[in-house]
Amino acid sequence: MDQFLQQLINGISWGAIYALIALGYTMVYGVIRLINFAHGDLYMLGAMAGYYSARFLMDSGGSAAFPLVLLFSMVVCGLIGFLIEKLAYKPLRAAPPVAALITAIGVSLFLEYGGQLLFGADPKFFPTLIESIPLFETGRFSMTNIQAVILITSIILMLILRFIVLKTKMGLAMRAVSFSHTAASLMGIPVNRIISFTFIIGSSLAGAAGVLVGLSNPKVEPLMGIMPGIKAFVAAVLGGIGSIPGALVGAMILGILETMVTAYLSSTYRDALAFIILILILIFKPTGILGKRSQEKV
Amino acid sequence: MLFRFLLILFCFISCQQISKNEIRIGEFGSLTGGTATFGQSTHKGILLATEEINAKGGVLGKQIKMITEDDRSLAEEAKTAVLKLIKQQKVVAILGEVASSRSLAAAPEAQKSSIPMISPASTNPAVTQVGDYIFRACFVDSFQGEAMAKFVKNDLKLSKVAILKDIKNDYSIGLADFFEKTFKTLGGNITSVESYSENDIEFRAQLTSILSKNPEGIFIPGYYTEVGLIARQARELGFTGGLFGGDGWDSSKTLEIGGKYVENSYFSTHYSSEDPDPSVQGFIEKFKKEHGVVPDAMAVLGYDAANLLFDAMTRAGSTEGAKVRDALAGTQNFKGISGNISMDPDRNAQKKLVVQKIENGHVVFAQSVNP
Repeated sequence: MDQFLQQLINGISWGAIYALIALGYTMVYGVIRLINFAHGDLYMLGAMAGYYSARFLMDSGGSAAFPLVLLFSMVVCGLIGFLIEKLAYKPLRAAPPVAALITAIGVSLFLEYGGQLLFGADPKFFPTLIESIPLFETGRFSMTNIQAVILITSIILMLILRFIVLKTKMGLAMRAVSFSHTAASLMGIPVNRIISFTFIIGSSLAGAAGVLVGLSNPKVEPLMGIMPGIKAFVAAVLGGIGSIPGALVGAMILGILETMVTAYLSSTYRDALAFIILILILIFKPTGILGKRSQEKV
Repeated sequence: MLFRFLLILFCFISCQQISKNEIRIGEFGSLTGGTATFGQSTHKGILLATEEINAKGGVLGKQIKMITEDDRSLAEEAKTAVLKLIKQQKVVAILGEVASSRSLAAAPEAQKSSIPMISPASTNPAVTQVGDYIFRACFVDSFQGEAMAKFVKNDLKLSKVAILKDIKNDYSIGLADFFEKTFKTLGGNITSVESYSENDIEFRAQLTSILSKNPEGIFIPGYYTEVGLIARQARELGFTGGLFGGDGWDSSKTLEIGGKYVENSYFSTHYSSEDPDPSVQGFIEKFKKEHGVVPDAMAVLGYDAANLLFDAMTRAGSTEGAKVRDALAGTQNFKGISGNISMDPDRNAQKKLVVQKIENGHVVFAQSVNP
């Protein structure tokens, strides 16, 4: 039983990372119906931005405060997300959806291999921003402060996101754009600005996930975003793509299932599981757990 | 017109590389990618050996030209790199790779073209079984696995050990099997065998399962890229027992990523920088002057593999594939930096192994084992 609880904690803290990446996927899809395959690489860029800013802060004597590094990464990723949208996706807004999809794959490869050129291909050690100490330990059951920080940061970011989408004017505009571009622009909503805003928010969440993963699994490299990016996509589809609570639910289910499969079957089946889930969902319930055809989507 | 152009081009390509005064040798390795320190270290060792021999007048009166290809730590790239070396660069012999999976992918090409290939550090037995042109400058995993099992059981007096291996890696699987077999023969108990895949960063699920069986130690026959993270997560889950591994740990990155979490761990490798032998210390001095760091085992093996090849060419009096092969196979008591090397009938180098300990952030010598 202790072992099961421990695995549950492992699964939840892993799921929280998937959730932050999946949220960005789902938001972008909700607003412009584009699966942004470069999203996993923004997560990598977030980890890299965190790596360099933390190193810089530590070298210049100051202690690398975790919130500062997190904020910096989110800003950098938001900016890159903004540029990606402006340069790669906006010129294709009127083109058939498949053109934008292929562009997204291109952007993803560009970031991966450009990253290898820029950062070097060897894995880097993410500086210790928070010393890991067990919060509580009863027999075989333990949780570290880092796992708690990941979980709490994820929850705070999701609450902020929820507030923006449901309670602000910007959020209202996002929901309107997601409903219909044409109708929204007729109502005087600056559609382009809303789409940029969506990309900035989604990308900065991926950046936050990058820093959080650097805290608990301190090895960063330019291709680290590929697998988590795909897994987060599966999580978003599982929860119902376009639905924010859906992304959270899907990511938690995926994180926990992966951990349990590794723990009780074998790690060899872990990656296969994500894709089996994707196939089954697409066959039996393409709208996902929480997604509905006409539900408000962002 | 086009035909004439192609003819000129062809002539240009086929003429440009024929220089009578050089011996072209190919090297392929992971200069970038996941296990970049392996490739970079061996490359430095090979370069040093090449510079030395060229300064002394080369081999058979000719200068050595080392042509290097990067395989980005990918098995499929390793195969392409070797094909390119053989077909385009027309090399007469090949040095590479560290990782067994990549040597295994590339070796059939060298064998097919009758080009001798020496792997500096691939320890999986299957590598040289590809054919009679494939050699290695290091010991094999049966020896390494046995030595570590004996060390853990007899010297550290542990009898309950778990294994965590990389299921995508030939080296890791082989080493885990040899360790398990010997450890059981010695009366030890393997509590569980779990696996992960290359490039994973999350190991808590496997480690939680392993720890539920209360082992006294965990044997991790993986590469430095994952070892540091595994050690970190094992300690975070409250594990206090010992951690052990093989020569895949031999990289400065193990200490960098693992930090205090790999303290008091042991791993087997090819050489110790604390070896008082004057030839070893002399090599370390030279290497430090050139590259500014103390060489790791991979650099030493790169150096030894290159010198083994030069020695065989000198003895063969030729660079012809079959003759170099026979000379390599006849290597007896060659004085390398990593020990005295003799080729056994399976083209594996027979030589000693050292067990290293990580203590206070440094790697120190613990024991040496003779075959």
